[in-house]
Formats: sequence, C-alpha cells, structure tokens
Amino acid sequence: MELQHIDGEDKGNVLLFALSTCQWCRKTRALLEELNVKYDYVYVDLTSGEEREEVVKELEKWNKDISFPTIVINNDNVIIGFEEENIKKVLG
Amino acid sequence: MSDFSSYDKFKKEAEDGGYYINDDTEFVQSLLDSINVNIDRYGYASCPCRLASGEREKDLDIICPCDYRDPDLVDKGACFCALYVTEDVLKGKQQLTSIPDRRVREKAKKDAENESSSENKSSTEILGKLKVPIWRCKVCGYLCGREKPPLNCPICKASQDRFEQIL
Repeated sequence: MELQHIDGEDKGNVLLFALSTCQWCRKTRALLEELNVKYDYVYVDLTSGEEREEVVKELEKWNKDISFPTIVINNDNVIIGFEEENIKKVLG
Repeated sequence: MSDFSSYDKFKKEAEDGGYYINDDTEFVQSLLDSINVNIDRYGYASCPCRLASGEREKDLDIICPCDYRDPDLVDKGACFCALYVTEDVLKGKQQLTSIPDRRVREKAKKDAENESSSENKSSTEILGKLKVPIWRCKVCGYLCGREKPPLNCPICKASQDRFEQIL
C-alpha cells in the first residue's frame, strides 16, 4: 500500500488508517501534527482494487470493526477512534 | 433523501423529524461537504466516516442517515460521525465520546439471525393470515402494510430500498 509521509519527531513507527472524508480522521491528523509526530497515513477511501483489499486486510488485523481513524504504533499498540487523551498519552 | 445541500436546510429537516444535530456548525458543515463529496463520487450519500464499497446495494446500511444512527443515539448520545446528537448532549448533560463502529458486528448478527429465521416457519405462517406484507424502514422504524414499500419513507424520507419486509 502507498503511504503518505508526514515529517516530525520520531516517536516510533506510527501508521494512521484514515478516510479523506472523515472529520474525526481530520482531527486525529491535526492532533498528530500539533504533537509534532512523524507518521505515515493512508486514505483508504481513495484506494481501489487490489490495494484496497490489501489495506483493509492489514487494518482488520488491528481493528476487527474496520473503522476510522485507527492508529497503529510500532506494529503493536492500537488506538481506535479520536481518543484525544490516549493519543496525547502515548505520542505526546 | 435528506437534504445535504445547506446547513440550514439540513438542520431544519432534522429538527422537523424530531432529531438534533451537533451545535458545532463548522464541524457539521465539514461533514455535509464530505457527504456531498460522496454523493458526487458514488451517487449516494454514503457515511463520510465509514468506508464505502462504491456499490449502493452493499452500502445501503451506511447511507446517511444510516441504519445505526438511532441505536447509537440511544446508547451513546450521538451517531457514529456525531452529526446527529441527542438533546442531552446539546444541553451538556451528556458528554460526547468516541463511539465504536457497530456496523461489522450488527451485520454479522443480522446474517446469523437471517440464517436461523429461514429455518423458522412462524413468520411465513403469520404472513399467510395477513392481507399484505409488513414493511419496516430500517432508518426510522416506520411500519406499513402494503404490497410494496413506499418510494420514500413518509417519516424520514429514506428511499424504497432501505425498507425490509418483516412479515
């Protein structure tokens, strides 16, 4: 899958699954940027075909509900939804 | 279909139907903009906070207002997007929190129910006694007895394909 990269402070491998139309995803991105976190993101709604299948399969491993936003940190820790306090605690 | 063209129209329509929308007008406007992006992209008002397949039939349950709005309002005080909220949330009696998406679990539950009800003949036995089938609007719960569901729900304006035959 093709990831978009945002530069910032290295706080581990941070991957955000998002939708380009989702306001909570927008808030999550704004918070990550406010916290100056280096991260990668993918707008899953803008993918199609095989790439879509691959991204959804990867997301499903971390979040059975396939919901957005989902942040995966260091291939280990998952934050589902715009959990502001939790995001600040883990990445702030 | 609901009117997503302007904030004022959308708000009025929601309130006329007994619903409340989030009082963060900028947030609501952004959601409406996103819904309009989806209307242009897919031809239907797919939920901006959920992943659409691009096929209307597969996404019927997430066309705004979605099938999950009312249960989420009752349980969480807001729909998944927080576009619709309850009066308690507006009055500050209830806090908005991040809501888990019930879609995948509800669908699995429904599939399991459909499987078991196909073995259960009681509904077809009742149907034999009814003059016409009973249709339920999956968005607002409106019930009617007629050969085919109405073209649009007279209560919430959901389209004909959002109805299910319950008896």
